[in-house]
Amino acid sequence: MKFIDEYRDRELGKRLIARIHHQSTKPIKLMEFCGGHTVAIFKHGIRQLLPKTIEMLSGPGCPVCVTANSDLDKAIALAHLPNVIITTFGDMLRVPGSYSSLQLAKAEGSDVRVVYSAQDAVYIARDNPDKSVIFIGIGFETTAPTIAASIQQAEQAGIKNYYVLPLHKLCPPIMKSILDIGEVNLDGIICPGHVSTIIGSYPYQFIPDDYGVASVVSGFEPLDILLSIDRLVNQIETGQPKVEIAYRRGVKAEGNQPALKLMDTIFEVCEANWRGIGLVPSSGLRLKHKYQQFDAESNFTIDPGPSREPKGCICGSILRGVSTPLECKLFGKTCIPEHPVGPCMVSSEGSCATYYHYGADYGG
Amino acid sequence: MCLAIPAQVKSIDGQQAVVEIGGVTRQASIQLTPEVRVGDYVLLHTGYAINVIDAAEAEETLKLLRELSEVY
Amino acid sequence: MEDRILLAHGSGGKLSHDLIEKNFVSTLGNPLLNKLDDSAVFELCGRLAFTTDSYTVSPIFFPGGDIGKLAVCGTVNDLTMSGATPLYLSLSFIIEEGLPTNELEKIVNSICQAVNEAKVQIITGDTKVVNQGAADKLFINTSGVGLVQAGVDISGANAIPGDKIIISGTLGDHGIAVLSKRQGLEFNVPIESDCAPLNRLVAEMLQISTNLHCLRDPTRGGLATTLNDFAKQSNVGIRINEDSLPINEAVQAACELLGFDPLYVANEGKLVAVVAPADADKVLAKMRQNRYGTEANIIGEIVEEHPGRVIMKTHLGSSRIVDMPVGELLPRIC
Repeated sequence: MKFIDEYRDRELGKRLIARIHHQSTKPIKLMEFCGGHTVAIFKHGIRQLLPKTIEMLSGPGCPVCVTANSDLDKAIALAHLPNVIITTFGDMLRVPGSYSSLQLAKAEGSDVRVVYSAQDAVYIARDNPDKSVIFIGIGFETTAPTIAASIQQAEQAGIKNYYVLPLHKLCPPIMKSILDIGEVNLDGIICPGHVSTIIGSYPYQFIPDDYGVASVVSGFEPLDILLSIDRLVNQIETGQPKVEIAYRRGVKAEGNQPALKLMDTIFEVCEANWRGIGLVPSSGLRLKHKYQQFDAESNFTIDPGPSREPKGCICGSILRGVSTPLECKLFGKTCIPEHPVGPCMVSSEGSCATYYHYGADYGG
Repeated sequence: MCLAIPAQVKSIDGQQAVVEIGGVTRQASIQLTPEVRVGDYVLLHTGYAINVIDAAEAEETLKLLRELSEVY
Repeated sequence: MEDRILLAHGSGGKLSHDLIEKNFVSTLGNPLLNKLDDSAVFELCGRLAFTTDSYTVSPIFFPGGDIGKLAVCGTVNDLTMSGATPLYLSLSFIIEEGLPTNELEKIVNSICQAVNEAKVQIITGDTKVVNQGAADKLFINTSGVGLVQAGVDISGANAIPGDKIIISGTLGDHGIAVLSKRQGLEFNVPIESDCAPLNRLVAEMLQISTNLHCLRDPTRGGLATTLNDFAKQSNVGIRINEDSLPINEAVQAACELLGFDPLYVANEGKLVAVVAPADADKVLAKMRQNRYGTEANIIGEIVEEHPGRVIMKTHLGSSRIVDMPVGELLPRIC
């Protein structure tokens, strides 16, 4: 497959790993921010190939994991309304809220459908004019423009029964929060690849400028990730932190302008509630007033009840890179993929699920 | 996050396109990449093209990878 | 015949009889079935294998097959994986009221083709029709009985360190073919379900080697589930090589698109065999001569270390655990 296979070349990979070993002289901490990077790193067993000087930490870049319990409870409450079809990405189906999950709601008779694309949700609305179709909008800046596009499509087609529950979150503000909290002394950050396809690389400038931390925008194939680690090590060893794009075929410094304009038309920035972290200013998106007719919360009355966090779950500190899943008392015992306690175990790219499935740092 | 894979645009009809990867074809929206042309490769995320892949940059990256690993 | 199946077709009266005689018996008939007694009575001597399975696949027609073909091949293969020669099947329909009759006819024809290829017979059956909404178009149950020859002992608990692991062909074809037609996903793939009866393939393997220790068809949950089952049942470790796994490019592409791992995607016409190392090469060669084994490959081996665990050597040369999947495969955005 073009633009994929070339970046999985084993020979190049081996030599790049040797180069990283050669270059890395002092102990450093790198955080891969994005859940997709966490999965890729574990799937290809990259951690065990790196020198012992490099410690890899996983950050809160899993949009499912950081969806607040109270927000998930809202989605489930909407599912219980009559004449409603809930449309959602597969990632959200099994995540436990305070009392239930979308999967449980489905088993209890709610019409909950997994879709691959927000566009599919618009078509379901078009084909079911007597129902209200609500799309659970999760994701970071990669996905938000697609939701914006779906709203624009519904508007242009005169579809009046399509709604969105906007739970989108933004990356640069949460990266700043993590650095501000200062719980882990990061030397470098592997910046999310496809978020950057949309927002470009300029929004990360504060990372080297204000915090002296190295940053590289990375793709997702093994060679992409190794190249990014190589570039980070280089920045750190030479004492020259900056923002570098290693994923040049997928990211331009100025990002995707039409997508950014569309996001700006439909959404506005607001405060957001990050699970395990709390309220972070200017880190979420909500629909602009002009588009209120598409907003689920403005158009439906729900009472999700008080939200509650499961006892003993340390997803929060795992998301901040402070703890690893292995330090959680519930991990692998009461919290396993078949009956997850927290979101990090349910989400396919949550740290806990990844550790559990791929075996932490299995070294063979 | 953000699973997006390279797919080639086979045909365009207004704001919709048919894209192909490894013989698999699917409908995709090009609302976010209005500049795309048939034959281009795009990054496909949840049924939307989110950018046009820069083939020249892709080749540059491979060159860089080969250069960096030369000595090792 | 009416255009659509009605409740009356399942109620035992004239319409029921017409359906059974004109559709089922006329297509699938054989001396035992034709008697239409309450049970089929026959003689068999020896060790018997007996299995049952219900089929609820949606959609009922997919590239490369349909629920009828699946129902025959699935049960034939379950018997085959125990080392049995499949002989007789029962066939039970639960039909949702309103199913177009020509769709049912297509499926019965498909069943006929499958039983002819597998050289088995359907000797007894049942038909029920339920209200609209009480079933998803059509559910089928098949039970099957077969004979296990003396000396044949195949079980998931028989793997021994040193044994080689062979897969009979490409991974994930069936799962992707079915998913491609599921509402909400719809994509076009140039591949078909690999649904097929494997009894002839296994008979040829058994002829050439008496050291076949384990056999299983990796259906739901894919290859990963089957290997984990073997590892736990036999209390051994398993090591496989990512580079040895045969996967169609289109299946790989569809998995990339949806965020699936081909190791977890269902197959319907494939088998995993665990064979003593001395016989592995000749078993592989024999398999490759059969139309359902042309892409067979040795993918790994049984080891003493890490009992109960499956470890895969990745393309890059590192190692990672291949765990059991949790729940159904869901397309993801992340």
